[in-house]
Amino acid sequence: MSSFSVTEPSDRQKWIAGILVVGYALITLMPLIWILATGFKSSPDAIAYPPKVLFEPTLEGYVNLFTTQTRQTPEYLEANPPTTWYEEIVHDKGMVIAGPSRFGGRFLNSVIIGFGSTFLSVFLGTLAAYAFSRYRIPLKDDLMFFILSTRMMPPIAVAIPIFLMFRSLGLSDTHAGMILLYTAVNLSLSVWLLKGFMDEIPREYEEAALIDGYTRFQAFCKVVLPQATMGIAATAIFCLIFAWNEYAFAVLLTSGNAQTAPPFIPTIIGVGGQDWPAVAAGATIFLLPVMVFTILLRKHLLRGITFGAVRK
Amino acid sequence: MSETAMDRIAKATPPRVARRIKGFSDRTIAWIFVAPTIFLLLAVNIFPLIWTIRLSFTNYRANRPNAELDWVGLRNYQRILNDGDIWQTMQATAHFLFWTLFFQVLIGFALAWLINRKFKGNDLWTTIIVLPMMLSPAVVGNFWTLLYQPQIGLFNNIVAYFTGADPTSFSMIGDVALAPWAIVIVDTWMWTPFVMLICLAGLRSIPDSIYEAAECDRASKWRQFWTITVPMVLPFLMLAVLFRGIENFKMFDLVVQLTGGGPGNTTTLTSIELKREAFEKWRTGYSSAYGIILFVTVFGLASIYVKALNKVKER
Repeated sequence: MSSFSVTEPSDRQKWIAGILVVGYALITLMPLIWILATGFKSSPDAIAYPPKVLFEPTLEGYVNLFTTQTRQTPEYLEANPPTTWYEEIVHDKGMVIAGPSRFGGRFLNSVIIGFGSTFLSVFLGTLAAYAFSRYRIPLKDDLMFFILSTRMMPPIAVAIPIFLMFRSLGLSDTHAGMILLYTAVNLSLSVWLLKGFMDEIPREYEEAALIDGYTRFQAFCKVVLPQATMGIAATAIFCLIFAWNEYAFAVLLTSGNAQTAPPFIPTIIGVGGQDWPAVAAGATIFLLPVMVFTILLRKHLLRGITFGAVRK
Repeated sequence: MSETAMDRIAKATPPRVARRIKGFSDRTIAWIFVAPTIFLLLAVNIFPLIWTIRLSFTNYRANRPNAELDWVGLRNYQRILNDGDIWQTMQATAHFLFWTLFFQVLIGFALAWLINRKFKGNDLWTTIIVLPMMLSPAVVGNFWTLLYQPQIGLFNNIVAYFTGADPTSFSMIGDVALAPWAIVIVDTWMWTPFVMLICLAGLRSIPDSIYEAAECDRASKWRQFWTITVPMVLPFLMLAVLFRGIENFKMFDLVVQLTGGGPGNTTTLTSIELKREAFEKWRTGYSSAYGIILFVTVFGLASIYVKALNKVKER
């Protein structure tokens, strides 16, 4: 065991550390793997005792998630043979597909509200962050702290007046209302993060552009924005993930029209309780994009989740 | 400080250049850029807050908007502070806060320390450990109710496998004694990576030279850990506790999906109680007062804590 530096851990230490961390990672992954697997189970397999690790995969859960079904008489089923693979799955249970479920619409709502609010909060946040980063604004520190403190209020407490405000403005259960609300909630994160990124761009670049005859605004668009692209992208993903995962406001302020997926997925029920394969299928579709983004974001994770308080 | 030099340049050049060129002055641009953000935050955060304060002095009920409005002064506040149920939810929240922070700090720090042994592939495993934290608490919390099912749940069966107990003999979310721990377990599973990431940043900020100097002084590894590692990571750890503390004080989505506040009132955290008062009993005035009390509590505790944090940083 020879090492060149006294601070470099020995090989044995590395092995033990590696085994413990990998062990923890595997335990932590188990619920997620269980969600993925349950999505491909048949209803009896999903609630089997003891829990089934090996099972025959089926797309039943996914079909249940996207469709509504009705039970039919054997004669009717006989007379109308299934034409597609998903009709066949339903057919085998003695049912026929009655139409699409509400999941598609709820998912689309999540996409619209998520992307809409992300665009707005990053757009407004970039402008504000640039101003906070470059200009001497009176009461700057107080304003920044005020922006942060808006996050300390429990969402339910704010939801009461927002509920009343939306009701009188006709914004209850609308996409516009939810986009506005999530934009405001995300702005604090967006301003704080982007200010950090902007602070790191040397002022000299803009000064040079200004001397070359650019206006302030042109310098901002052509010099600062391209430099800040990575920071803006990372901020956008953080805002998107927040809006995507948000539940408290969504469950209180939306019911049908603008309801997002998080309040909807737990309400998917089948015959006699929750339809776990369908719930798991919905969760899988809903969670996978976030997992992909997390992997893309890993370099900026710390910054994003701590409002830029910790940079690496 | 490099900033003073930067400021001097900024002060010296832009106004002169700006005057020469066409377009808005710097001051105008600054206000155009900041105004929409401030406006939106005022409209969606400050205005509702002021409205909440106003409502908290009334007996307003949101489901009866046309009823006569009575000013009741501080009566809502008095009733809340004398309400036994409220104190019970405060206790449930305190239990939740204390144990989640305890486990997350312990496991999070241990994991960060292990990952900092820099074994091969530590980046990949760090990313995997982080996954639960980024997912929707409501969707994941709902699925955990399946994992906690007495007979068919994965959690019960794994515990049964290792302890030899009967998996049907206990119900994590149905039992009065176990439910408070059920929410602690899921929150710890979800948020330990948060503490871990911040600790890791702390560990990586310690320069090797300090350990080398300690090694020259023949300090034992144990001593190095307690006199170098722990004090230098402490500000980071305290920051993690601040963030988690604020978040868990407001905790709603995960727990409402997992237990819905039950059985009885054992997992009714403050936010869940607030939701019941405001959106099920429709006691808007009363719940507004409750919301203000919670906000002041978080704000007060956080301010005191930040002072302590700054003292630790200065050391």
